[in-house]
Amino acid sequence: MLKIENLQYSVAQEGKTTGILRGIDLNVEQNHFMVITGPNGGGKTTLAKCIMGLAEPTGGSIVWNGHGLTHLSITERARLGVRYGFQQPPRFKGITVRDLLTVAAGKDLSHSEECALLTQVGLCAKDYLNREVDTSLSGGELKRIEIATVLAGKASLMIFDEPEAGIDLWSFTRLTETFGKLRDRRNATILIISHQERILSMADTILMVSDGKITGRGTPEEILPQITGETVCFCKALDGNAEGGAKV
Amino acid sequence: MNQIDKNLLETVASLHEIPEGAYNIRKDGKSEARNSTAAIQITPKEGVDGIEIHIAPETREQSVHIPVILAKSGIQETVENDFYVGENSDVLIVAGCGIHNSGSDDSAHSGVHTFYIGKGAHVKYVEKHYGEGEGTGSRIMNPKTVVYLEEGASMEMDMTQIRGIDSTNRETTIHVGAGAEVVLTERLLTHGMQKAESRVDIFLDGADSTARILSRSVGQDQSEQIFFPCMTGNEKCFGHVQCDSIIMGDARISSIPAIRANCVDAQLIHEAAIGKIAGDQLLKLMTLGLTEEEAEEHILNGFLK
Repeated sequence: MLKIENLQYSVAQEGKTTGILRGIDLNVEQNHFMVITGPNGGGKTTLAKCIMGLAEPTGGSIVWNGHGLTHLSITERARLGVRYGFQQPPRFKGITVRDLLTVAAGKDLSHSEECALLTQVGLCAKDYLNREVDTSLSGGELKRIEIATVLAGKASLMIFDEPEAGIDLWSFTRLTETFGKLRDRRNATILIISHQERILSMADTILMVSDGKITGRGTPEEILPQITGETVCFCKALDGNAEGGAKV
Repeated sequence: MNQIDKNLLETVASLHEIPEGAYNIRKDGKSEARNSTAAIQITPKEGVDGIEIHIAPETREQSVHIPVILAKSGIQETVENDFYVGENSDVLIVAGCGIHNSGSDDSAHSGVHTFYIGKGAHVKYVEKHYGEGEGTGSRIMNPKTVVYLEEGASMEMDMTQIRGIDSTNRETTIHVGAGAEVVLTERLLTHGMQKAESRVDIFLDGADSTARILSRSVGQDQSEQIFFPCMTGNEKCFGHVQCDSIIMGDARISSIPAIRANCVDAQLIHEAAIGKIAGDQLLKLMTLGLTEEEAEEHILNGFLK
């Protein structure tokens, strides 16, 4: 179980302190499939980064399966089974897709294991295993490989930050199937930050994060109608122009 | 041959035992073992220290190993080796030098390699430089390589110096004939107070000649590196220079690529970049369970692979 209590993250800018996370309390049951959504700049990515250790909270605590994560390094969290898929993954000169999957799995993978991982993200192993993870890959290809590295780790807590961003429509269908299978397997807790209705509708629970706080939580049936009734940025001026067509 | 010699040989020439085919193993200033084959003749040069390697035309799928090891502290030598590669041959030449300096005197090897590569021949040339030893004496290598590629000939050059050489001054000059091609890959890692300077001059002299230089280097600690890759197009040709360096600690790196066109149909490109390891690369590998040190090593190994 993931237990987050009063999580705070603030930054000081020009002598003023701005709260990015302002007291997040959250419990996520084992093997739960949660999709986190909300307006841009609301704190979703910061929350995810705090869980992985990529951002250091200024207050509060995070506990995963009884292990206090709050003061652990990124590496220690990864070794406890926490994995994170970057919204904008880095590129590496000289490191191949196979190298990265091997590091992610923590062992040499058989060819069929490599194949299975890449197939899940819509890539053919034959074409990609020996490719370098450098600028020769498109943004969408890089993103799919990023997701494969998270899957390779056989993590107990997987966090994906906007996995659909930069992925074409065809691959997106494959990706939603992959997430559906992950959910149905029920052997990992999954947190996905997403704006996509198809991913939101797969969730056990949707969590709304806005202005550094949790502003809603419920099943897709409960939350989706609320989301589609609101605007991109909760701006009154935009409300008038974008009535009915709004999304988060 | 003792364990130190064997380790040096394995590192610089991937040799676990005496190789098959033609070879010349030089140790502490003398030839330790030599073998010629019907197609590849190795003979000592007259008047100077060094060997001549004559590869008969149409020789295919054969290799020549000419490793040099310096295990005695204080040896300083200049060796001139000439390679004559016959037309339409296809051979692998493995050179390389390993220095184990456990004393207080400087050990230095200056190898001058000249290649005359006949029409239509292909050579893969692998050269590794490596140094070790607990002594205070410096380990110095100053290789000079000159290549003449005749019409339609091609050469792949993999030149590597990873750690251990305190001072190196490398000079490479390549003349590329009509329809000939050279691909030069240079990998270098310096650390401590090491200094490395590398100058590569490629002259694209023949019509439709092609050259590529890919230089990857890592400078750590207080080490210094200077690169001068220069590509000159004298005919219709294509040349590409790419220099990438990772800078760490208090290292200093200069990368000064130059391209010169003396013909309207010369197409020449250069790219050069120096930067530290990107923070998000380290973070990504740490999220996969590596420590920061392991992540750094993994990134460097990939970069220099």
